[in-house]
Amino acid sequence: MKEMLLAIWRYRHFILSSIRNDLRSRFARSKLGALWMILQPLAQVAIYSLVLSRIMSAKLPGIDSRYAYSLYLLSGMLAWSLFSEIVSRSLTVFVDNGSMLKKIVFPRVCLPLIVVGSALVNNFLLLVVTIVVFALLGEFPGATALWIPALMVCGVAFALGLGLLLGVLNVFIRDINQFMQVILQLWFWLTPIVYMTTIIPPALMSWMRLNPMYWIVTEYQGVLVYGRGPELMSLLPILVSSLVLLIVGLLLFRKAAPDMVDVL
Amino acid sequence: MTHAVLEIRNVGKSYREFGSEWRRFASWLGFRSSRIKEHWVLRNIGFSVSRGEAVGIVGQNGAGKSTLLKIVTGTLGASEGKVIAAGRIAAILELGMGFNPDLTGRQNVEHSAGLMGFSLAHIQKLLPDIEAFAEIGEYFDEPLRTYSSGMQMRVAFSLATAARPDVLIVDEALSVGDAYFVHKCFKRIRQFREEGTTLLIVSHDKAAIQALCDRAVMIDKGRLVADGAPQEVLDLYNALIAEKETADTIRQVVGDDGTTAIASGTGEASFERVKIENTRGEVVEFVGVGDTVDLVLDVLVHKPIASLVIGYMLRDRLGQTVFGTNTYHEGMVIADARPGDRFQLRARFAANVGVGSYSVSVALASSETHLVNNYEWRDLALVFTVANTMRTTFVGGTWLPTSVSIRQDSAPISFDVASGAAGSV
Repeated sequence: MKEMLLAIWRYRHFILSSIRNDLRSRFARSKLGALWMILQPLAQVAIYSLVLSRIMSAKLPGIDSRYAYSLYLLSGMLAWSLFSEIVSRSLTVFVDNGSMLKKIVFPRVCLPLIVVGSALVNNFLLLVVTIVVFALLGEFPGATALWIPALMVCGVAFALGLGLLLGVLNVFIRDINQFMQVILQLWFWLTPIVYMTTIIPPALMSWMRLNPMYWIVTEYQGVLVYGRGPELMSLLPILVSSLVLLIVGLLLFRKAAPDMVDVL
Repeated sequence: MTHAVLEIRNVGKSYREFGSEWRRFASWLGFRSSRIKEHWVLRNIGFSVSRGEAVGIVGQNGAGKSTLLKIVTGTLGASEGKVIAAGRIAAILELGMGFNPDLTGRQNVEHSAGLMGFSLAHIQKLLPDIEAFAEIGEYFDEPLRTYSSGMQMRVAFSLATAARPDVLIVDEALSVGDAYFVHKCFKRIRQFREEGTTLLIVSHDKAAIQALCDRAVMIDKGRLVADGAPQEVLDLYNALIAEKETADTIRQVVGDDGTTAIASGTGEASFERVKIENTRGEVVEFVGVGDTVDLVLDVLVHKPIASLVIGYMLRDRLGQTVFGTNTYHEGMVIADARPGDRFQLRARFAANVGVGSYSVSVALASSETHLVNNYEWRDLALVFTVANTMRTTFVGGTWLPTSVSIRQDSAPISFDVASGAAGSV
C-alpha cells in the first residue's frame, strides 16, 4: 500500500499532465472547445426539463419556484454524471491503454486515478454551471451546498470501487463493458433523477433503498434544492461500503495486474 | 573489472490457458485447478551482461526475443526466475508510445517524460537538449499530427535517449528514419556505451549485430541455444535457417526476415541449390567487402531441353540490380540437356560493393531472355550480407580499391587503404 502511494507521488506530474491532455485532446480542433463540457449536460437538462416539467412540476412538493423541476434535475444530474463517467471510463481504461501497459513500465494504478481526476475536473465545471444556473433562476443554493465536496468523495469512492473491480474483470471478459453500458442506462432510470421519490409506490421504496446511488443523489438534491443538510447516518453505510468496495477493487487489481498484460 | 549490470536468472514465461475465465479469477483467490494448461514461450534463459557490454539477441520470428525484452524492461512479469538490473533501463522499442497527435512536440515530450518517471524539474532541464537533438526547428511547437513519420521518430528518439540509461534496449525501431538521423542516433548510442551504458540489441540486420556487439545470444523456440562471440552465434543462426530452408519442398519459401522467394516457370529444369562459397569452399552468408566469392548454382534437368541458359542477378536491398549476366552472354549455352543431367555454374567475383544486404535472382531459360522459354525464375533465391570487416570505412554502394597518399615536403606518408595499414615511405 505504501509502495503504491509512493509510486503515485513520484508519478504525480504524469497523472496531472494526463488529465490536462485528456481534456485538451477531447476538445482539440473543435471551435467551442471546453465550452462543450458545459453545453452537453446543460442541453440534456434542458431537454428533460422541456419534456418532463409539465408532468413533474406539479409533483415537486415543498418548492414554489417555477424552475424547481429544472433545479431538481440539475442536482441529480450533477451526482449521476460523476458516477457514470468514472464507472464507464474505468471499465475500459485498461483495455484502451493496453499497448501502453504492454510497452512501458509505470505504476498501473495511475490509470484509474487519471480517470477520476479528469471526471472530477468535468464535474467541477458542471458544478460551477449548476450554481450559476441556480443563481440566474433566483435560487442561489444555501450554505448546505458546502456539503457537496463531501458528497463527491462519497460518490467517487463508490464509482471508483465499482469501476476498478469491473475494469479489471473487463480485461478478461470483454462482455462486462457491453453489459454495464446497458446496466448504467437502466440504473439511471432506477435512481430518482428525473422523477421524484414521491411517485414511487411504497412497496418498491424498500428496494430503492438498496441502491447506493439513491442515497447519494437524494442528498445532492437535498443540499442544493431543499437547503437541508445531509443525513449523515444514512450516508455512513454508503461511505463504508464504498471504501470496502474500493479496497476489494485494489486488492483484485494487484492480484490481476500481472495477468492483465498477458491477455491485453 | 566487470560486474553484471543486468542478470537474467533462469527466466521463463508461460501463458496459462484457463479454459474459462472464471477459473482464472479463482486462481487469484488461491484456488489451483488441474485444468490450467501452461504454454511455455520462454524457459531457462540465463545470462548476465556487464557494464558497457553490447549484446546482440538473435533468433527467428517467434523465438521469444521480444518476450524476453519485455521481461527485461519489466512490462511483462516472468513466470519463473528473475531479472536483476542495476540502474535505469530504457528501451527504444517503445518509441513514440503515448504520443498524442493533437499536442505539440514539446507538450508530448513533457508528458511522455513524466510517463518515463522523470520529475517535472528534470524534464525542464532535459527539454532544451531534446529539442536541439531532434533538429526539427519550429515544428517542435506544432501539433504532432502535422509531423512526418521521420519527424515523430526524431522527437521520440531524442526523448528516449535524453538521459543516459544504464541499460539501453535497441529494437528494430532504428531502421526507420532518415540516414542522417540514424547515424546521429548510432553516434549517441556509441557514446552512451563509452560512458558505461550496457546495450541489448535485437535486430535482423546481421551486419549491425556484427558491427555493434561484443557478444551475441541466440534464442530458438524459447531456449537459449548459444551465447558467445557474434560471428560464432551468427554462423549458428545461419545454419539453423539453412536447415529450415532445405527442409522446405514447396516452391514458396519464406525467409527468416519475412521475405518470400517465389519460383515461377514451366519447370523443364530447376535450381537445386543456390549458395555463396568463400575461396576455401565454405558456404557463407557474410561476405567481407572486396572478398572473392563464388556464386554456385546447381541445376537439375527434368525434361529434354535443346538449349539451356543459366542467368543470375545481384540486387541490393532496394531491389536495384547491381550486376547480372547469363551463360548466353558468356558463350556457354548448354545444348541438348537430358533429364537427370546436373549442371553446376560457378561464378567467381570480388564483392566490390557497399555494406548491406543483397539478394540473388536466378533464372533458367532457352536464350538470353527469359521471355521466350522460362524454365525457372527465382527471386530472392539467396540473401547475403556484405559487411565491412577489413577495409577502411567508406560510404556508397561500390567499393573502389583505393590507394591514398599525402605528401608533405619533408616526410611523405602513404596509407594503403585496402589493408588499413599506414607506414612511412
